Amino acid sequence: MSANYALGLLGAATTFVVVFEMLRRRRLREKYAVLWIVIALGTIVLALAPGLLTWVSRVVGVTVPSNLLFFGASMFLLFVSVQHSYEIGRLEERTQTLAEELGLLQLELNQTRRPSSEADE
Amino acid sequence: MPLQPPDLAKVLVIMPAWNEERSLGSTIAELRALHPDLEVLVVDDGSIDNTSLVARRAGATVCRLPYNLGVGGAMRAGYRYAQRNGFTRAVQVDADGQHDPGYILALLEALGDANIVVGARFAGEGDYQVSGPRRWAMWLLARTLSRLASTRLTDVTSGFRAADLRAIAVFARHYPAEYLGDTLESLVIALRSGCSVGQVPVQMRTRLHGQASQTSLRATLYLLRAVMALLLALVRKWPLPVEPPANPTAQSAEARHTEPPGHIGPEQSM
Repeated sequence: MSANYALGLLGAATTFVVVFEMLRRRRLREKYAVLWIVIALGTIVLALAPGLLTWVSRVVGVTVPSNLLFFGASMFLLFVSVQHSYEIGRLEERTQTLAEELGLLQLELNQTRRPSSEADE
Repeated sequence: MPLQPPDLAKVLVIMPAWNEERSLGSTIAELRALHPDLEVLVVDDGSIDNTSLVARRAGATVCRLPYNLGVGGAMRAGYRYAQRNGFTRAVQVDADGQHDPGYILALLEALGDANIVVGARFAGEGDYQVSGPRRWAMWLLARTLSRLASTRLTDVTSGFRAADLRAIAVFARHYPAEYLGDTLESLVIALRSGCSVGQVPVQMRTRLHGQASQTSLRATLYLLRAVMALLLALVRKWPLPVEPPANPTAQSAEARHTEPPGHIGPEQSM
């Protein structure tokens, strides 16, 4: 169990350091940082009290406790990926609208500055 | 029965162009020779060649997008321009010269019966031929769309079409961004938003430059994408904003054409 203990603490510590450093450099927004810090805290709890995972597995009916952990972790990562896909799609739609509006504004600006340019032809 | 010239003053030709400097000039020239009153808006979709310059020299209005958005983004920008500048009808024409401007009047006349008029191949005019899976795909899609529109449509992937005020409002808001199926998907969106669709037989010309995608792998991918777009367009909601169709502060198309150069002040230093 000491290996699990060390790995859990190491993972959590790494997460804390990376998240804190990214926050400090303004590379990460608080709302996303909260998510990862909660995950790191959860990892610490499981590392310090391995009996907790065994107990939950028994209650849920999973024979091998680590399977429950892997299942939970992969479901969580899936959720995060889907969430990010959604955010990217929304951002793409927004940048597209902005690009269209920028093109139209530029055109309007040119027409206002040179109202007779079309009549020259 | 040709339309009167004043009618054409409120018609906008939307021509999306991406690196089309070779064919764009002659396409615009031919169009303007036929209909000098028609305003042509070239939406330069982030070209890295001289598309904008060629278009401006040929006498078109140019809307330059800061980076490549794809045909959907260019179209939506074009329809927004039409909506904000008081155009009552818009015609989509390809920059590569495959759409004969001689059919524009026929498309516009047919707008009396439908909100959107498609210039369609396979409708008796011309001898356009496709074969293999692509033909199957086009037939299947045409059949499906015909049922949705409750009218016979033979060419739902044609990018040559005219839209009235109602359809302009729909397309200014929703125009599918994805390449492949954008023509088809936009028709479904229009139908779901309560527009009617009609068609006029046209003959397409071979492109001046460039190749149409004709391989069977591409055709298959196209079909898959089109079917998915069709199904999604059917189950999605397409709300229209309640904003007025024309911005009252924007100049109308007519006003801008006739407006004299009012202020001839000192040149702005750049």
